[in-house]
Amino acid sequence: MYVEMRHVNKTFDGFHASRDVSFGIEKGHLAALLGPSGSGKTTILRMLAGLDRPDFGDILIQGIRVNDLKGSKRGIGFVFQNYALFRYMTVADNIAFGLKVQKKSKAEITAKVEELLELISMKNLGKRYPHQLSGGQRQRVAFARALAPNPQLLLLDEPFAAIDAKVRRELRTWLREMISRVGITSIFVTHDQEEAMEVANEIILMNEGRIEQIGTPEEICRNPKTEFVAGFMDARRFEALQAIK
Amino acid sequence: MAKKIPRSYEQDIVGDGIYSIRKVLEPPQESPNHGLKYALIGVSALFLFFMLILPLIVVVWNALREGFHVYREAILDEYTMKAFLLTLAATLCAVTVNTIFGIFAACLLSKFYFRGRQLLATLIDIPFSISPVIAGLLFILTFGNVGWMGEFLKENGIKIVFAVPGVILATIFVTLPFVFRELFPVLSAQGKDEEEAAALMGAGCFTIFRRITLPHIKWALLYGMILCAARAMGEFGAVSVISGHLRGKTNTLPLHVEILYNEFHTTQAFAVSSLLVLLAVLILIARNLVEWKRK
Repeated sequence: MYVEMRHVNKTFDGFHASRDVSFGIEKGHLAALLGPSGSGKTTILRMLAGLDRPDFGDILIQGIRVNDLKGSKRGIGFVFQNYALFRYMTVADNIAFGLKVQKKSKAEITAKVEELLELISMKNLGKRYPHQLSGGQRQRVAFARALAPNPQLLLLDEPFAAIDAKVRRELRTWLREMISRVGITSIFVTHDQEEAMEVANEIILMNEGRIEQIGTPEEICRNPKTEFVAGFMDARRFEALQAIK
Repeated sequence: MAKKIPRSYEQDIVGDGIYSIRKVLEPPQESPNHGLKYALIGVSALFLFFMLILPLIVVVWNALREGFHVYREAILDEYTMKAFLLTLAATLCAVTVNTIFGIFAACLLSKFYFRGRQLLATLIDIPFSISPVIAGLLFILTFGNVGWMGEFLKENGIKIVFAVPGVILATIFVTLPFVFRELFPVLSAQGKDEEEAAALMGAGCFTIFRRITLPHIKWALLYGMILCAARAMGEFGAVSVISGHLRGKTNTLPLHVEILYNEFHTTQAFAVSSLLVLLAVLILIARNLVEWKRK
C-alpha cells in the first residue's frame, strides 16, 4: 500500500467527522473519495495533507507513519477547492513558489516553470494574474503549482466544483490524462458519483464519517454492500457510461 | 483589483464575488427622487458646516487675532515645542506597538480556530467601550504609589504615573483596537487557503506573511495605522489623568491647550490648537490618499 489510513478518528467540537476510517491505495492509482456533503471526505484529505490532525489512528505514506510529520515534509501536492492561487503573484510565480521555498537554483526554477506551463498548454499566459484567467485555466495552474515540487502524492479537493457544467466534462478527461501521463498517485474528493466513476479507478464511498465501501466503480455499482451504497450509486448510470466509453 | 479585464464565460458562471458586489454598488441609471436627494445633501452640508467647518474657522481666526507675531511666539514657545515632541513620541510608540499587536491579533483570530476566540475578540474592543478617563484611573490604580504594583515599581526606581511612560501607556491603551479592527475583516474574508497552500509547499511563517498575507492587507494596515495615529495625537482623557500636567515634562499638546486656556491665554491656546488642526488635516489627506489608492 502506498497511502494508508488505520482506524483514524476525528471530531470537531463534538461533530464526528471521521469514524474508524481505514483504507489503502496502491501506488499509481487514482482514487476518488466519494460521498454526500458532510460525509467527512475533505477531512480525510486534509488529514492526509497534514492540515488537520487525527484524534487517534495512524496515517502511513510509503509504509512510514507520518502523523507527526509536517505537511510540507510528506511529499504531497494539494489542489484546493477554489484553487487558492496566490492572487498577488503571476501564473509563473505561482508555479515557481514551491521551488523558490526549496531554494532551487534560478535556472532550475525557470526550466521547471517552462516545462509545466507547456504541460498545461498555457505557455503564453505565464505573466497573467489569477483574476485574469478563466475557471478552467485557474484549475490547470493550481494543478501545475501542486506538481512543481515533484510530489509523490497528489490530493485534489473537489477539483471540478468551481467550474461550470459545460467545461467540466472536458476538464475531467484532461485531468485524468494528465495524472496518468505524470504517473502520480492521486486522491480526489467529489460528491458527484458520475465524476467519480468516470475519472477514478478506485472509489472510497463515505457516509457520515464512515467508509461504506471501497472498490472499483464496477464493483461498487454491481455489488453494493449496503443500502446506502445501492441508493447513492445508480447502476443504470454506470451502464450508460460504459456504453459511451 | 487593478485593471479592468475582459470577462470570460466561466467567470460569469462561477462569479468571483467582487464583480457581483460592484454591480450592486453601481449607481442606478436614473435617480427616482431628486427632491429627496438634494434635501438630504442640504441637511448634511448644513450639519457639517455648523459642527465642523465653523469651529475650524474659529480656531484659525482666534489663533491669528493678535497678529502673526503672537502666533509664532505661542508656537515656538519652549513648553509648546516640548508638548509637541511628546505628542509625536507617544503617537509613534502607540502606532508601532499597536501595529505589531494588531497584525498578530488579527492573524490569530482570523486564521486559527480555538476555544475562547470570541471572548478574545471582545476583550480587544474594551478600550473602545471604556471611557478614557477610567482607563487613566486604571493605570493610576495599577502603577501608582498606592497601586497594586506601586511598591515593586518604587523599589526598582521605575516611574510610570505622572511620567512619560504613563503617557505612552495610556495612549497605547486607548488606541489599541484600531489596527486590529481594520485588519480583522479583510483577513477573515480572505480565508486561509492561500496560506495553507504556501505552508504545504514548505514556506515558513515569515515568508507566508511577506508574500501572501501582507500584499492582501497592506492598504487596510496603512489605513488602520493612520486612524490610530489620529486618535493618539488627540487623546486627552486618559493622558490627562495619568500625566500630572507637568509642563515641559508630561504635557502633551491637547493638555497644553487646556492649561493655556484655563490661564486665560486664549490666543495662545488657539494657536497651539491650530497645530493639532494642522496635524489632523495632514492625517486626513493621508487617509484619503490611502482610500483612493485602495480602490
